[in-house]
Amino acid sequence: MYRQLAFIRRFLERLDTLYRQGQIHGPVHLGLGQEAIAVGVGSVLRATDQSIGTYRGHAHVLARGASPEAVLAELLGRQGGICANKGGSMHLTSIDHGYYGSYAIVGAHLPIAVGLAWASRIKHTDQVTVCFFGDGAVNIGAFHEAVNLAAVWRLPVVFVCENNQYMEYTPITSVIPTARPAADKASAYGLPSVVVDGNDVDAVRSVVGAAVEVARAGGGPALIEADTYRLKGHSAADAGAYRPPDEVQQWAARDPLLRQRAVLLAQGVEAEAIDAIDAQARAQIAELAERVLAAPHPDGSAAWTDLWSDGGWAWRT
Amino acid sequence: MANLTYRNAVAAALAQEMRRDPTVVLLGEDVASGGVFKTTAGLLAEFGADRVWDTPISEQAIVGAAMGAAMAGLRPIGEIMFADFYATCWDQVVNQIAKTRYMTGGQVSLPLVLRGTNGFASMGFGGQHGQCCESWAMTVPGLKIVSPSSPAEMQGLLAAAIRDDDPVLVFEHKGLFGTQEDVPDGEQYVPLGVARVVRPGADVTLVGLSITVPYCVQAAQVLAGEGIDAEVIDLRCLVPLDAATVLESVARTGRVVVVEEGPGQLGWAAAVSAIVGEEAFADLRAPVARVSAGNVPWPVAAELEAQVAVSPARVVEAARRVTATTRASAIGR
Repeated sequence: MYRQLAFIRRFLERLDTLYRQGQIHGPVHLGLGQEAIAVGVGSVLRATDQSIGTYRGHAHVLARGASPEAVLAELLGRQGGICANKGGSMHLTSIDHGYYGSYAIVGAHLPIAVGLAWASRIKHTDQVTVCFFGDGAVNIGAFHEAVNLAAVWRLPVVFVCENNQYMEYTPITSVIPTARPAADKASAYGLPSVVVDGNDVDAVRSVVGAAVEVARAGGGPALIEADTYRLKGHSAADAGAYRPPDEVQQWAARDPLLRQRAVLLAQGVEAEAIDAIDAQARAQIAELAERVLAAPHPDGSAAWTDLWSDGGWAWRT
Repeated sequence: MANLTYRNAVAAALAQEMRRDPTVVLLGEDVASGGVFKTTAGLLAEFGADRVWDTPISEQAIVGAAMGAAMAGLRPIGEIMFADFYATCWDQVVNQIAKTRYMTGGQVSLPLVLRGTNGFASMGFGGQHGQCCESWAMTVPGLKIVSPSSPAEMQGLLAAAIRDDDPVLVFEHKGLFGTQEDVPDGEQYVPLGVARVVRPGADVTLVGLSITVPYCVQAAQVLAGEGIDAEVIDLRCLVPLDAATVLESVARTGRVVVVEEGPGQLGWAAAVSAIVGEEAFADLRAPVARVSAGNVPWPVAAELEAQVAVSPARVVEAARRVTATTRASAIGR
């Protein structure tokens, strides 16, 4: 898992750099510091399981095994983009890897996750759906409609709140009446209140893994709140200046990579071996970025495909 | 041959397709008990609780769940009790369902149907339960739009919508639920995107959709008594739009009245009129005429409704106007 954490971290850092270089057309929302949640969840899912996430979704799609090259091509506007260059950073999707998309209207994908899980129930499969969402989503109606329906129908879906403490620029605690955005709402839907340290990949793996197995066995949905922090702003264009410096420092000390490094050292892994993993990730990303930047731009004619299932866009005779 | 009401035709189409394809499933408010409009009567008994799902009053959850299930390989049919309620889940419809196939580069199709009761018909439903919402959907690429005008049309078009691999919004007109028609026995199927010439005519083309089709037919009967031979076209679908059938008709008649039940400040009739104006200008002997509702929310009292509503009489007036006009440059064609 450290290898994947390191790879995604370096990938996101490179996206930040590429954004600043003007190489990325459109907004990019980095989940730097939040990687342990996607990686921990990815580690407990089967290939046949389904996951769905947010516009801060680079880690979500990569953690399911999607091609980093195709993701980067999507962001850099090069041929071979994972969504054929029609989705961009906010809409990464890889159905082949069980990742049913990143959604950029806050909360909109929770009902869709319910539908994925509902289909598993109707088809009598043992698939589980995991739905990542941000703390800000708990104040939008779709969250409540979705969690309620999942609970009423006892569907195999695990909702994972990535509580990064800020709805966007505003602290989440300023816009909720209780301390915890998701966990404090669980009882309203007959679900247990579950909080996990989202910067501890082993804890995420353990807590989400247990919920996934309950859901798989027909025990119904779960709502898990994972505490975390984004080390950068809301989007790559945001410096995050509204956050107190000491708060940023405190959370930087809880960086999921530093924590996992300490775990590995305590287990007797040599520091050099861990450094080598980091160095390898950097080298992989550097080579990847170079290759994708050198790839051809897409043909504009691709704008006219994929609207309808016949492949075209025609709406009239 | 069976004599079906429009509401029975909805249930007949749903049952027909649920028998044919085990992946067709239904969800919505009160659908298991047969529905507020009795359009899902008998389905729970025949198909069981695994395929007919009652939901809470949660339109976002209904529509979003339909989308998720469609991505996962089912053919869900979501019911929105009144199409007006699309306003509560419009994000799911226009931002998610309409766009996901395109925005994922064609990775996934969404073979789903959303059914909603629609339309005014001066039934006293007022401003929030009687709107004509099909024009809302037409502003967004990625949604197919069907609005049947009779029981036989309903059974065949709803079946086609369910078999379609793209998202289809089917608008069921509240004012037509009680209408009856003989429908042939056996499976019914009417392909999407093919307009129907309901009544051939030589002097003026009347273009209708849903309840305005019978309005146009009634108007044509009055006009026939005045020596005006009107052709009536039922568009059946707004997307795919069979503009070719309209243009071919206008090429013969040189005159057209487009009849939309909803308000005219922007609606499907404006789009159809623009196509005729742009592409059939040389054929037109009179300006394109539109008949549409007043640009106010629907009032409730019958006297107020009558002020704003579209009616066969208004179609007759418009047809008289365009047939009394011949533009100078077209004289002698």
